[in-house]
Amino acid sequence: MRSKQKIILIAAGIFLTLFAFGCRKEAPPPPPPPPPPPPPAAPAPTVGITAEPSSIERGKSATLKWNSQNAVSAEMNQGIGAVATSGSREVFPTRSTEYTITVRNADGKTASASAMVTVRAPPPPPPPPPPKPDLSEAFSSASIRDALFDYDKSDIRPDAAEALRGNAAALKTLLEDYPSAAFLIEGHCDERGTTEYNLALGDRRSTVAMEFLVNLGVPASKLSKVSLGEERPVCSEQDESCYQRNRRAHLRLR
Amino acid sequence: MKHSLIRYIGLFLATTLPLAAQRTPDAVIELTDEIRDPRIAVPEILGPTSSVTDPVEHFNNELWKALEASGRLEMVPRSFYPRSSPGKPEDIQRDETKMPEDPARRGFYLRGWEDVPVMARYLVYGRVEEVNGRLALSGYLADVTQESVEASYVFGKLYYSEPNVTGAREMAFEFARDILQNLGLGEGLAGSRIYYVHKEDGTDRKEIWAMDYDGRNKQRITNYRNLSLTPAISPDGRRIAFTTYVEGIPKIYLHSLATNRRLPFYNQEASMNSMPSFGLDGDSIYFASSASGRSQIYRADIDGGNLRRISYSRSLDLHPSLNPRTGAEIAFVSDATGTPQIYVMNTSGANRRRLSNGGGDAVQPAWDPTGERLVFAWTRGYEIGNYNIFLVDLASGRYTQLTHSAGRNEHPTFSPSGTHIVFSSDRLGSQQIWSMRADGTQLNQLTSRGLNESPVWAVR
Repeated sequence: MRSKQKIILIAAGIFLTLFAFGCRKEAPPPPPPPPPPPPPAAPAPTVGITAEPSSIERGKSATLKWNSQNAVSAEMNQGIGAVATSGSREVFPTRSTEYTITVRNADGKTASASAMVTVRAPPPPPPPPPPKPDLSEAFSSASIRDALFDYDKSDIRPDAAEALRGNAAALKTLLEDYPSAAFLIEGHCDERGTTEYNLALGDRRSTVAMEFLVNLGVPASKLSKVSLGEERPVCSEQDESCYQRNRRAHLRLR
Repeated sequence: MKHSLIRYIGLFLATTLPLAAQRTPDAVIELTDEIRDPRIAVPEILGPTSSVTDPVEHFNNELWKALEASGRLEMVPRSFYPRSSPGKPEDIQRDETKMPEDPARRGFYLRGWEDVPVMARYLVYGRVEEVNGRLALSGYLADVTQESVEASYVFGKLYYSEPNVTGAREMAFEFARDILQNLGLGEGLAGSRIYYVHKEDGTDRKEIWAMDYDGRNKQRITNYRNLSLTPAISPDGRRIAFTTYVEGIPKIYLHSLATNRRLPFYNQEASMNSMPSFGLDGDSIYFASSASGRSQIYRADIDGGNLRRISYSRSLDLHPSLNPRTGAEIAFVSDATGTPQIYVMNTSGANRRRLSNGGGDAVQPAWDPTGERLVFAWTRGYEIGNYNIFLVDLASGRYTQLTHSAGRNEHPTFSPSGTHIVFSSDRLGSQQIWSMRADGTQLNQLTSRGLNESPVWAVR
């Protein structure tokens, strides 16, 4: 029963609609207006564009400037779109880009001009400042050498003086970079002396080496000394080359 | 046991030949009866037949060793003895009584010990009993050359100990000391202790250790797990001073040996305070310090106070050792001539004079208890670093060479009895502690494990 009623209503709607249109068609049309007189031909457009600067580093900007005559509209490529017929714009190209502006006069006549912006790779970033090595690393890579001595002696030999001069320079450099650094001068002896004599001799070797470094400008406050006698040899062979290595003033970090 | 003549001739040759090669007639040893040691018979002292057999056997061994080690007695071998020996003075028979044919009974007669083959001057005898769970020794000494039993009696004493080997050893030491003292032969070695520096293999640490005169009862004294060096013992044997790096630089530490606790000692500001040596009364310390910029000799009170500089030289002065008899002179080492040599000066620093003749390296002076002789290590006649032990008589200035080994023989110090010297030697490879009689005979190796050096001989 319900569906029958629906169908009737729809049918009635359609009929009424058709009837209404039928009525409008039957109204009389107004007379057409007279055609306008043809306009005079518009002057041809011109345009010029510059990029300043024409070459940039990546990440920097360039300014485009353009001027046109006889244009009514202007459009820039590279996704910029409509622009004023004369104006300027800052651009940030990431690679070399040609910007083309197209202007249009009233007649739809067009003119174009282009400007190239060259993008240079930026200069390699200044290498990040190398991380400061820690003091013990810096110390062990500084060329510190042992000052060697003759048997029973604590005189500074020429080779020991040379070593100590190098050490003094190295210590002063280290102190510039690490003002809180401090150093220990160990006096050592070969095993042939006795425990007691070598304690005293090692003490004097550390003293003369320290005085030498202080005379070369290493601050005394940064230096201390200890005798290790014959207790801490670097080698134990019983020959002169090993004895010589053990008769030394040795620098280490305090 | 053949006495002495052969031994001394051997010693004479041994000491003089190397020197003769250098045309320096230093050693003269006179062959007199005076240096002949008295012969002593020490038969086994019997104990109760019970559970204390081991301690009594131990006692007999230790007594024999302690008397023998004194170096002042000639021990008659037991195989020469009669088969019995007295247990108490009443057992001894008068000499006028006819000697029995039965050899088992000869031991009760003084002449049984005086005559061939024993030929003893003295006889040790006695009995060990068990009393209230302890050992009781009735110990006696007889002079068997005397005419009568009464005159032969030297001394007798009652000793007690715990019934174990440790107690037996201590009881033997006590008896041996009394025997030696009653014979005017000093205290002997038994009961004395040797302090030394010990380094375990595979470590770089050095600690102070102590042991008995015969190398027994080794005991660690310090435990700083660092370098501890140059021990010195106070004359009464109650305190030890030594050098240690426990604070990074060499400093002097003082310990009580009774408690092994550290005692206060003020170290003056210096890169080195080292080589302590006790004053006579044990209330001062002589030592080497670099407070002035180089090693010099100083003196301080036992706590480090009242500091006084003694030597004022441009050389290295080190290793002081105070004359134990006079307390007025210091032997020390100085390199004023370019090599280390032995010097002596007054405790005021005055009258400084060189003792060694300038050749080689002469180091580590140590006095004998009489204050008349010094023992030291010297490289004379040997390569650098090859030390031997020498003795110098201060009055005559004569040297005697006591060791003749190619390696290092160093750091000699006298026993408190003055009869023996302890030193270190690497003659068998590694550095070890040895003792010998003060004439260079009767060598005895006391350590064998690790490295051992810098021995000092203390009364206890």
